Amino acid sequence: MTGKYKTIIKDGIWENNVVFSQMLALCPLLAVTGTATNGLGMGLTTIVVMVIACCIVSMSRDIITQEVRIPIFVLLIAGVVTLVDMFINAYLHELYKVLGLFIPLIVTNCAILGRVESFSSRNNVFPSILDGLMMGIGFTLVLVVLGATREITGSGTLFANASLLLGDSFSFLEIVVIEDYKGFLLMILPPGGFIALGLILAGKRVIDRKIKTTKFNYGDADNLVTLDH
Amino acid sequence: MAKGIKDPSYKKRIGYHAGLLAGMALIVSAVLAIGNKQTHSEILQRLEEDKRATLDMVIPKNLYDNDLLSEIVKIIDIKNQETTVYVARKENYVVAVAFMMMEQGYAGPINVMLGVSKNGEILGARVISHQETPGLGDKIEIKKDRWILGFDGLSLENTRKNEWAVKKDGGKFDQFSGATITPRAVVKAIKHGLNLFNEKIIPGIIIHKASNKKTDN
Repeated sequence: MTGKYKTIIKDGIWENNVVFSQMLALCPLLAVTGTATNGLGMGLTTIVVMVIACCIVSMSRDIITQEVRIPIFVLLIAGVVTLVDMFINAYLHELYKVLGLFIPLIVTNCAILGRVESFSSRNNVFPSILDGLMMGIGFTLVLVVLGATREITGSGTLFANASLLLGDSFSFLEIVVIEDYKGFLLMILPPGGFIALGLILAGKRVIDRKIKTTKFNYGDADNLVTLDH
Repeated sequence: MAKGIKDPSYKKRIGYHAGLLAGMALIVSAVLAIGNKQTHSEILQRLEEDKRATLDMVIPKNLYDNDLLSEIVKIIDIKNQETTVYVARKENYVVAVAFMMMEQGYAGPINVMLGVSKNGEILGARVISHQETPGLGDKIEIKKDRWILGFDGLSLENTRKNEWAVKKDGGKFDQFSGATITPRAVVKAIKHGLNLFNEKIIPGIIIHKASNKKTDN
């Protein structure tokens, strides 16, 4: 049983990462990662939505039938996103001002529908929540790495405005990496997102290859990415 | 649902599917309605706080003693657009007004909140929202640059008509390297705002005051 949970954790964060190997959720990913802070905020919100959606679907999987499952999943996810949107607006308003535009974008995050459909609808509540959480953390990881890359190269700072998102106690995160940096506009604009993502994906494959070779698994080195969509 | 074989036969009927979908939609709508009811007043309050915070930026707080959000006058401008004017009073005399101006920028509309004293002098101007290129055009934000503060204290009287332009066009305001359209739009918005103040807002407030008096009696 513990082995199963280990696989879920490993899958979510690395092996079957939403972005790295499933290539899902690219729309919100590229849209918000102008700064690391935005990426982190989007990631945290996605984790919340993902966990709730996975939990609900897993609990009601016995009454949902194969034929109408997709509209029901879409309905549930859209409902959860709208609720989260309203609650953040009401009680975490500062965060809402940073993320407001992007929260409805979570509906378009096919990674959530993907996990709900391929995992939660077939598994018990606890593994489903864990899967949602881990997939969410994996997604957040990519968001923060991509956001940090673009922010450092694009504007020379790291975690700018983090105190707006997480409260004043986190202002230590705000670092000026390069003093008097003139800025590299391309990295902040959408094309920079694609370029940085491409480099990060390439980096992931290099690391995977390294891991494979150290494990002396030469046999299937070409099948590193297991779930290409 | 994965264990399709064990499913009872009623689950195969179209009625079950339709009922399930309708039931789910009903539950989700109910939950959303409750959520909306819970958060509605809170959200309105937050929006009001936001509005107050923007108004505080353009009209200094010590100038007035009324509630800006409670005294609102609607002005119809030349283009037939409605502008909401917030009137600041001290001991019942109008001291200043604040209103929003919109101008097309490089990438979309730029909204500028203007605070104007009763003499027609700018007390403060702030860009509230815009879609300009980050790193180039966003210097119009107070967070990024002090440029917008250069308008403080200006009026149509102390600044000649041809000075209301960016330096490239022979005016007195700096453009940014790589972005001329954006500051040009902001200058235009503010100039139009002052014109609107002279032509429509002053008469508008006087009429409003007169009609208020009538209802008082």
